[in-house]
Amino acid sequence: MISNLINRKIFTLLKVQYSNMLEYRVEIALWAISGIIPFFMLNIWTNNNLNESINISDILLSRYFLCAFFVRQFSVVWVVFSFEEDSLMGKVSPYLIQPLNPFFRYFAQHLAEQITRFPFALIIAFFFFIFNPESIWIPNLGILLLSIVSTFLSFLIQFLIQSIVACLCFWTEKASSIERLLFIPTLFLSGLLAPVVSFPAFVKSWIYLTPFPYLIDFPANLLSGNETNISGGLGMQILWIFLLFPLFKKIWSEGTKKYTAMGS
Amino acid sequence: MNLRKYLKVYKKFLHTSLASELEYKANILVDLITAILSLVGSIFLLSIFFQNSGYIGGWKFEQALIIQAIYTILNGITNTWFNPNLTEIVKHIREGTLDFVLLKPIDSQFFISLKKLNPSGFLEIMVGIFLLFFCIRINQINLNLSFLTLSFITISCSICILYSLWFFISTTTIWFVKTWNAIEVLRSFLYIGRFPLNSFSFSLRIFFSVFIPIAFITTIPSEVFLGLSQLWKILLEVIVASVFLITSRKFWLFALKFYSSASS
Repeated sequence: MISNLINRKIFTLLKVQYSNMLEYRVEIALWAISGIIPFFMLNIWTNNNLNESINISDILLSRYFLCAFFVRQFSVVWVVFSFEEDSLMGKVSPYLIQPLNPFFRYFAQHLAEQITRFPFALIIAFFFFIFNPESIWIPNLGILLLSIVSTFLSFLIQFLIQSIVACLCFWTEKASSIERLLFIPTLFLSGLLAPVVSFPAFVKSWIYLTPFPYLIDFPANLLSGNETNISGGLGMQILWIFLLFPLFKKIWSEGTKKYTAMGS
Repeated sequence: MNLRKYLKVYKKFLHTSLASELEYKANILVDLITAILSLVGSIFLLSIFFQNSGYIGGWKFEQALIIQAIYTILNGITNTWFNPNLTEIVKHIREGTLDFVLLKPIDSQFFISLKKLNPSGFLEIMVGIFLLFFCIRINQINLNLSFLTLSFITISCSICILYSLWFFISTTTIWFVKTWNAIEVLRSFLYIGRFPLNSFSFSLRIFFSVFIPIAFITTIPSEVFLGLSQLWKILLEVIVASVFLITSRKFWLFALKFYSSASS
């Protein structure tokens, strides 16, 4: 009975958000285009023969960056910006009365956006293969499923981190600037601009203890068939989720206690 | 055009926006850290590129640093003026407040482009200038009058091109209402301004000098700093900048003809 209710709630939320997202097709297409930085990076790598030094062939490197593009497309999170706007506009109060954590609403919003984004990402990949026909490959089903799981886990990690930052809205009005600060290490250390194998040794020694390489580098390596430690990577992803989730619950309960509606 | 009146109005703009932005003092500190971290991140990325090769696209590491410095200065200018103002156009049009701007006895483009100011961008500009002076020392550039005038001319042209690109995209809001994501696309394209143009493949080089002249924005001023630039390139940049400025102005006036206030 209870699980049925939850299922219905989630299903309704998804349906509502999906039809909402379909209204903004052009924006989502533009957003998908704005994620093509990995391709520019690939261009620098191959055009200057930089990949020779890290022992990755041209083809594997181009697959890596294509996968990085895909993983990024399906792990983009903007919950802090939505939540900040809602809390500044006073929309959080009605959400709090409902018998559903408002973050489910944002979660459904993100999933719905990913479904809408999927065809655009495929189109961009199609163009990529037209320009780089030699890098076409078909990953086997097991690897494909595993990399979908790890992309989803990467999305969950980022969603949790941003939700924690978003909860800071209860204390300060502009949590988004903290998010912009956190985005910088995510951008440079996650493997979006350069694969983590190419990092100098003094960075590689500690980076695998942080959540960053598991956001893009690990799922992209998995999907593109580059060398990676599958069980270790998935384990670390799950470990980070288990670490972050209680933190989110704690900060959420503290925050809602602290929360006072506008004008009170 | 009454210059004195515009100067007086601009002083008022400065006063009001500084007063409102300084309400969020902690925010400014966070933004400064973000600017420094993002510079450190890009230098880190650059050092990965140079790890095993002395030249990228014919540029040495010390020379490529100049591009980073100029990019940081321009990014600071974008964050100080273009970003806060031109994203506001979207809001003006959606909420119909553009009417109030058009009714004022002052040029609408002037009002819309300079009304707001984000002081945290100043810090980024300063970080960039600091790096630029450092680069001048390590590259042993001797400062003389002709060099100073040329670098001043090219950097001002870069600012003009950058402004026109931003203003151009923001103006399209009059037809499409939500151009927020188009600005994200521009931002991601501008990102390649952090690297020397020659490090990209030929087709991308053509694309970034003909369609979106990002090549002109950072590479030509950096070449001037190194004394590598030919006169025709500087002249070309001046021409491109003036064409862009004039077209963006014409485009704004043209777009205004299609503006019908909200709900009409």
